[in-house]
Amino acid sequence: MVLTLEQPTEVTQPEPRIAMSRVIEPAAVVEHVCKVFIQRPLIRRGRTKEVHAVNDVSFSVGRNEIFGILGANGSGKSTLIRMLSTLLIPDSGRVEVFGYDVRRDEAEVKRLINRVSVEASFFKKLSPGENLAYALRLYGRSGPAVRDETYAVLERLGIARDKVSEPLEQLSRGMQQKVAIARALLTSPVLLLLDEPTTGLDPRSKLDVQKFVRELREGHDATILLCTHDMAEAAALCDRVAILDKGSLVALDSVDGLRQRYGEEMDTAEPTLEDIFIHLTGRSLEDDDEGGNE
Amino acid sequence: MNQSLRPVANPLPGAGLWWETRASLAFVERNLYLVRRYWHLELAFLIFNVASAMSVLYIGEAQMQYGGTSSQEGQLDLVLYLGIGTVVWAYLRAVFANVGEMVAWERWEGTIEYTMMAPISRLAHMLGVSLFSIIYGLARSALLLGVLSLFFNVDLSHANLGGAALILLVGSVSFLGFGIMAAVLPLLFPERGEEMTFVISSILLLVSGVYYPISVLPDWMEPLATISPATYVLEGMRAALLEGTPTLALGPSILPILILGALTLPIGIAVFNWGERYAKRTGRLKRSG
Repeated sequence: MVLTLEQPTEVTQPEPRIAMSRVIEPAAVVEHVCKVFIQRPLIRRGRTKEVHAVNDVSFSVGRNEIFGILGANGSGKSTLIRMLSTLLIPDSGRVEVFGYDVRRDEAEVKRLINRVSVEASFFKKLSPGENLAYALRLYGRSGPAVRDETYAVLERLGIARDKVSEPLEQLSRGMQQKVAIARALLTSPVLLLLDEPTTGLDPRSKLDVQKFVRELREGHDATILLCTHDMAEAAALCDRVAILDKGSLVALDSVDGLRQRYGEEMDTAEPTLEDIFIHLTGRSLEDDDEGGNE
Repeated sequence: MNQSLRPVANPLPGAGLWWETRASLAFVERNLYLVRRYWHLELAFLIFNVASAMSVLYIGEAQMQYGGTSSQEGQLDLVLYLGIGTVVWAYLRAVFANVGEMVAWERWEGTIEYTMMAPISRLAHMLGVSLFSIIYGLARSALLLGVLSLFFNVDLSHANLGGAALILLVGSVSFLGFGIMAAVLPLLFPERGEEMTFVISSILLLVSGVYYPISVLPDWMEPLATISPATYVLEGMRAALLEGTPTLALGPSILPILILGALTLPIGIAVFNWGERYAKRTGRLKRSG
């Protein structure tokens, strides 16, 4: 089943900055991007600590692709997502969304993206209905038709009508995350940034969210960038996977491609993504990158 | 433009003044929802405000009964003098606090990144927050005034109400500028910015002549009063309500408020924009602190 969402009446699309000859336009381009966080102690004389969160990372995400970024906590996944969301300014390199530079064309980029993060980012005392009304107004959507559509999407995500007016803090984390997914769905982003959207969810909710991700790609021509440390999720959803370690890109290919490439090196016919990750980084996904800043 | 190259099935909001103005109402609507959900806190703060205001006004009453220095008319003026200070400060404080805490509140709720990522200009964001703060401030002050008028004999028969409203309106703009400047502090100092905002409003209360003429302040403190828009708002309100000064004669109060507004509002917006870029460069938008 494919989700059907009404298109809002007021539609002004930013014109993609692309040459006519380029038929396949990347949805996102990250080129030689670096981000260093400087932690200064309160007392001036103390030592300044530099955290290289993202170190010369380059990749591009094709339109309609589900692109996974795998990495341990602190490996730089969320930093990358924040740069694509215009919430962080890269120190160097180029970050573009549909040809728009995140620094120069911030307003245009914002109109093309939405993000679902590991924290649900809601006003906890407000109900799902109130939170969504606020979010949708920010995206220029309001009125009875939008309200009906909101109910329909929430219902489709398994949130009953009687829950729509309850404070969000009274809903389970799985439900909250589904409301976050609904919020993203209702704004129909062209590029959806998912930052560990299933972390902490029960297996059933996890599968639900994964199903919606697929539907969003199929039904809305959306491009999806998924940050996760769930190997099975990445293998099940992603067309291509990038592996980040301590802020650097250590591998980038399809899951099959990674298996082929590293299977021989590892002397295993069918290595799992987790085996490949451990082989490339020397540790498991559960390990935290020391000093990381996500 | 080759249509096939455009993002498909992506309803994108358009830009433009009308669109931005409509989107800014999101903040008014959201904050009204929050007031409704936090009604018990609102009630508690209202009771606190009413009790504080009544305590101050009873000081005026006590002065009337035991001070023994003023005539009946003069003593009534003291109660009214304090009453105007209390109600006007309640309004200005509400405006300042709502705007000043726009970042701190969202950081506490964990929604700051979502709001900053939304396709709405920062100016429209501020417009929405400012509009709500004025509505909220007016409602709170009207309630306070209503309760106070039940307990105290408030005679406004000679007052210039139109002039007072004008002063309040112009004063709001100046206070918004201060609020926007203060709002940047939690962006720059995630763990201490909110406290700084509180300190600023406390200093404004101290130096602006809310409960006393600024002439009683120490010499070194008086210059601070001249840069506080609250000083001129209170002077003008007292002139209009206590003395019935005609609107045209309120110029000496209105002019400095206008000048301060013309300075603080654009400076506030510029400072906020700078602060936002700084936060985005250094990673301080992230939920922490």
